Amino acid sequence: MEFPEKLKYTKEHEWIKVEGGTATVGITDYAQDALGDVVYVELPKKGAAVEQSKGAAVVESVKSASDVYAPASGAVTEANGRLETNPELVNKSPYGDGWMFKLKLKNPSDLEGLMSAGEYRKYVEGKK
Amino acid sequence: MAARKTSLYGVHERLGARIIDFHGWMMPVQYKGVVEEHLCVREKAGLFDVSHMGEFMVSGPGATEAVNRVVTNDVSRIADGQCLYTPMCYENGTIVDDLIVYRHDSGRYMLVVNASNIEKDYGWIKSKMAGDGDVSLKDASDDTAMLALQGPKAEAILRKAVNIKLKEIGRFRFKDEVMVCGVKALVSRTGYTGEDGFELYVDSGDAVGVWDSIMDAGKKQGLQPIGLGARDTLRLEAGLMLYGNDIDDTTTPLEAGLGWTVKRDKKEFTGRDALLRQKAAGVGKRLVGFELVDRGVPRHGYEIRSGSESVGRVTSGTYSPTLRRSIGMGYVKPECGEVGTAFDVVIRDTPHKAKVVALPFYRR
Repeated sequence: MEFPEKLKYTKEHEWIKVEGGTATVGITDYAQDALGDVVYVELPKKGAAVEQSKGAAVVESVKSASDVYAPASGAVTEANGRLETNPELVNKSPYGDGWMFKLKLKNPSDLEGLMSAGEYRKYVEGKK
Repeated sequence: MAARKTSLYGVHERLGARIIDFHGWMMPVQYKGVVEEHLCVREKAGLFDVSHMGEFMVSGPGATEAVNRVVTNDVSRIADGQCLYTPMCYENGTIVDDLIVYRHDSGRYMLVVNASNIEKDYGWIKSKMAGDGDVSLKDASDDTAMLALQGPKAEAILRKAVNIKLKEIGRFRFKDEVMVCGVKALVSRTGYTGEDGFELYVDSGDAVGVWDSIMDAGKKQGLQPIGLGARDTLRLEAGLMLYGNDIDDTTTPLEAGLGWTVKRDKKEFTGRDALLRQKAAGVGKRLVGFELVDRGVPRHGYEIRSGSESVGRVTSGTYSPTLRRSIGMGYVKPECGEVGTAFDVVIRDTPHKAKVVALPFYRR
């Protein structure tokens, strides 16, 4: 299981990567593995405002539908359109091609409460 | 109550299955992934542990009459060595369970019931057979393991492991005391996937040996172990009912489109009067298959609407790995049930377009 160093993580198993004022959001390797085959992703629209810890996207596996919570508040600048036709990218590449949406951050301080890779790894290992 | 384990539990652990609690049973939901396992059964073959299912033995000179009194279908009309699908109903016509009846002969039957209903069914049948000195009922569920080998390669794989010609077992037929990998088994050409295939009943103690031998025999054909996740998507594509989802004690066989299993000319069976009345009056809802036109996945319990009017509920829904679109079944008002009718499935407060299609969704 992978835990890339430069990302920040939530307890609900989302990751966020900040580059300048923009952030990319997806779900973690642990999350995709727990969900199983992803068959549909409902993404927020460009321009939509998302709020930290509130539902921003929905990921559906064969067995269930799960909310994806925004790790930080902001305005959606882009959604990953490739997931419409290739939802399995979430399984294959959760930290790469399987990203879900990009965000212009409202409060960079939102990131302060999130976990580092090391903290998240411990959090996940504690669940087993 | 602690969750129960089948005699193959250790095998599932060894294979790295993800285990879930399914109605009180610790069962493998997937080994590698639902979609891969699903497609493996459609294209090659898969082996399922379904030992959680229940098996009741009914025997005695009055067995045919006794079974016929509790089920809606007619077991006097099938041959020895034949299987029959049938609902079992309450007096009001709603469904206690759906089962497969195996007829050894007029004095001996095996009833295969859903895992979640074993205790309920046993109590119900026992009460219906009480006072009948010509029949005895025995619950053999704990002593019996059940394996399903399903898929286009199933026959070629099993052929290597048995001492009979499998062609002798036609669809919905069975043979008892077949030697499978050196172990005595009842083998039927039945299943819950929409594919050709077999179900094998063996003593619990023999299950691991038979499982390993069959997996070994199927290696070259690409045989894989299959979990309950793919079992559910396979059965739904095949338009087969799941008790607790599509049928239950609030629905009747007539509403579920199982009218062909209700033999009205049979003089006496539980639920007959209610079902005859419903047949005459017409049903108030009917189970239909639908395809989602918009993108999304329908799930059990979602509302079905026509315009702003609520016209039904989804009972089963999934993304179909074979058809690569979302499908479902649900009860709707009869006027919304014709093939081609458009309605909306409400997913997270948003209506998604769907249309009624003929069942099954998939036919091999």
